[in-house]
Amino acid sequence: MIVPLNHILLLSGLLFSLGMFCTLARRNLIMMLLGIEIMLNAAAVGFVGASLHWQQMEGQAIVIFILAVAATEVSIGLAAILVVYRRTDSVDPDMNAALWEKGGQR
Amino acid sequence: MSILTLLFYAIALLIVAATAMAVTRRNLVHAVLYLVLSFFGTAMLFYLLGAPFLAALEIIIYAGAIMVLFLFLIMMIRLKKLPGMFFPVGQLLPAILISAGFLVVSSVMIGRNSSGWAPMPAAQASPMAFGVYLFQTHWLAVEIASMLLLVALVGAYILGRRVRGPSADTRKEAP
Repeated sequence: MIVPLNHILLLSGLLFSLGMFCTLARRNLIMMLLGIEIMLNAAAVGFVGASLHWQQMEGQAIVIFILAVAATEVSIGLAAILVVYRRTDSVDPDMNAALWEKGGQR
Repeated sequence: MSILTLLFYAIALLIVAATAMAVTRRNLVHAVLYLVLSFFGTAMLFYLLGAPFLAALEIIIYAGAIMVLFLFLIMMIRLKKLPGMFFPVGQLLPAILISAGFLVVSSVMIGRNSSGWAPMPAAQASPMAFGVYLFQTHWLAVEIASMLLLVALVGAYILGRRVRGPSADTRKEAP
C-alpha cells in the first residue's frame, strides 16, 4: 500500500505553484523557461499518480507526450532567447522597443 | 505505514526542497543543477508509482537532454548583473498572490475529492506492456509527436543561424 492519490495530487499542485512563481517573479527569460519546465513536470507527476489510482496506462501515455512537448518547447524557446540576446545583449523580459531596434541595426 | 509510504514522503520532500532552491537561486548554473536533482527525485517517484520506463525517460530526456541544453545556453551567453532588486516588489507580490491562490484553490478542490483518500495498492506497468499499449492505441499521436519534434528541429535551426544575405545589404546601404 502506497500513499493516497490526493497526496500525490497535492505534491503536483505544490510543484506547479512553485513553477508558476518562478515564471512570474523572475526577471530572466531563461528562468521563466525553467519555470515552465517545472510546471510541465508537475503535470506529469499528477498524471502518473492518476494512472496508478485507476490502474490505467492512459496517464503514462500522456506523460510521453508531455515529454515530447517539453523537449520541443525548450529547443524552440532557447533558440528564441538566443536571438533576443544577440539583438539586445540581455535576457530581460521587459526590454523596450527602442533597445530592440538599436540592437537590430547593429 | 510501509517502507514505500516512507519512501514517497522522503522523495516528495527532496523534490519540493530542490525545486524551491532552484527557483530562488541567483546563479543560473546553480538553479539548473538543483533542478537536475529535482528531476532525479521525480524519476524515483515515477519508479515508485509503477512507471519504470517513464523513470528512465525522465532521467534521459529531462535531466539529461533538456537541462544540458539550458547549461549550453547559460555558458554561451555572458550575463551582466542586473541592476536593482533580485525580485522586484512590483512583480513579487502578484506572483506570490497568484501562485498561493492557485495552491489554495487546488488544495480545496483536491480535498473535496473523497474517493482519493484511500491508499492505493502498489502496481507496476512493465515497459513492454506499456510500449505495446502505446503503439496499439496511440500510434497516431506518436506520429504527430515525431512531426512536432521535426518542426522543433527545423525551427531551432532557422532561429539559430546567423542572418546573412538581404539584411547584410541593407546594413551596407544604411550609412
